[in-house]
Amino acid sequence: MLDLFYTPFSEFEFMQRALVGVIAIALGGGPVGVFLMLRRMSLTGDAMAHAILPGAAIGYLVAGLSLPAMTIGGLFAGVIVAVAAGLVSRFTALKEDASLAAFYLLSLALGVTIVSLRGSNVDLLHVLFGTVLALDDSTLLLLSSISTITVLALALLYRPLVLECVDPVFLRSVSRAGTPTHLIFLGLVVMNLVGGFHALGTLLAVGMMMLPAAASRFWSNDITVMMLLSVAIGIASGLSGLLLSFHAELPAGPAIILSAGAAYVLSLLLGREGGVLWLAWPGKHLEA
Amino acid sequence: MPTRRAAFSLLAGCLALAASSLPAAAQNAQKLKVVATFSILGDMVRNVGGERVEVTTLVGPNGDAHVYSPTPADGRRLTEAGIVFTNGLKFEGWIDRLVKSSGTRAAKIEAAKGVKTLEGEAGGHDHGHGGSDPHAWQSIGNAKIYVANIRDALIAADEAGKATYEANAAAYLGRLDAVEAEIRGLVAGIPADRRRIITSHDAFRYFEEAYGIDFVAPQGVSTESEASAKDVARIIQQIRREKIAAVFVENVSDARLMERIAQETGARIGAKVYSDALSEPGGPAGTYIDMMRHNIRAFSAALSS
Repeated sequence: MLDLFYTPFSEFEFMQRALVGVIAIALGGGPVGVFLMLRRMSLTGDAMAHAILPGAAIGYLVAGLSLPAMTIGGLFAGVIVAVAAGLVSRFTALKEDASLAAFYLLSLALGVTIVSLRGSNVDLLHVLFGTVLALDDSTLLLLSSISTITVLALALLYRPLVLECVDPVFLRSVSRAGTPTHLIFLGLVVMNLVGGFHALGTLLAVGMMMLPAAASRFWSNDITVMMLLSVAIGIASGLSGLLLSFHAELPAGPAIILSAGAAYVLSLLLGREGGVLWLAWPGKHLEA
Repeated sequence: MPTRRAAFSLLAGCLALAASSLPAAAQNAQKLKVVATFSILGDMVRNVGGERVEVTTLVGPNGDAHVYSPTPADGRRLTEAGIVFTNGLKFEGWIDRLVKSSGTRAAKIEAAKGVKTLEGEAGGHDHGHGGSDPHAWQSIGNAKIYVANIRDALIAADEAGKATYEANAAAYLGRLDAVEAEIRGLVAGIPADRRRIITSHDAFRYFEEAYGIDFVAPQGVSTESEASAKDVARIIQQIRREKIAAVFVENVSDARLMERIAQETGARIGAKVYSDALSEPGGPAGTYIDMMRHNIRAFSAALSS
């Protein structure tokens, strides 16, 4: 019985690499996803998937179908879009979601125009997005570096970041760390996303960021516990998704996200903090 | 007075516009404008039509027609064309809607009509492509059916060129026969127990059916599908068990999965092969005949060594 869990990984190197890759993305993406969720920026991931197109297009114009060039280009484009959206939302009346929507649409249109000018009809994003089953050494190093940098940066920025989420006005009154913190955080988001797209494809990169975070919300009110839980749920979904893909022949990326989704639905129903079952049948209030 | 001047210049402008279209209409009478959906088909149409047709291709060299999304310029090209050549067999999922939305009155010809089709997935699990494998041109016998369909369509649209089209088609069919003989010769030169090839997606099943080399792929019949861990594991086990020497990546696929498989099994990545699109015109597979020849030579070189 234990064989079913163990053999796929012992027999095949690509499965081991897939597991390492998934653990890396869960480690970096989980905490970042929790903060995104708390700041009501959960749809940033999908917007970013489109916003990186002009960067990838310029990389393609400069270096042809070279994945490093397109990834670096995408990174720049993503950072510019995220930072611009962040600045607009801080200094004008427009909020984060609207400013991001405006900039990513602009970016996407620009990207499509650049690609069409070249005259070729290559679907750049289709080429750029990878699959979890094909992780080579450099990609694994990329993923691990990204999650290491993310964890370290979050450790450094933890207090201003939390305060930004829960009481930004107070933060502004006691410190000037608010804006730089937010911008560095956006940089981390883009880094995790673009690295994720390059290595794993959109679905996995965004899904591993948002679903475990959303699931963890139903188990605790404490941000630290939420971050730890989201990492744990991410790793567990990755493991179960890979095993499902191996034994039940499901495509790998979707299988992982379906597992994370199942974790989310279970949390939604059974979670201690605001889960549906607890809302429907609240326990008795303590009475004197 | 302003209104009279405005009316006069408006009238003059309209007349100028109307007159400008006359030379264009005069030119149209010379060459038959046709559109082919992808490069392989475009090359065949060019060979049959010769000087009498002007061919525009929608999905260019190295383009992937499985996941192509058409542009408004493509719609415009359709309206200007007299015939639209498609592969059929649901290769181009986007063409029906494009034809409808462009409102073109061109004749829509399915080049693969009359071809004996193969079912979608050999393993029984259908990745949603629903039905036949569209890569019929990988067998020269089917390519001849394509050429016959193209020739008949061109004759139907342009009676005056009947003799030219028939002559061109006959010459091209002769060259196809020569390539087929070369393919069979090279296949015969490969030892029977080594006739097995791994490619990225299931593009060569018609080639397999016609010439007897076994093809295995992790991705299904369309590049839109995603491989499962079991598919990849199966292929790795097969490569290890049968000691397959080389794996191949097509020009329209992502090489990374093949590279991973090659690294894990010790197989080599062979030369790039061309399955769904030609290479750029000066390249190793700039025409359909060059493509078939390049592919079989790549397969044979890797398997015979």
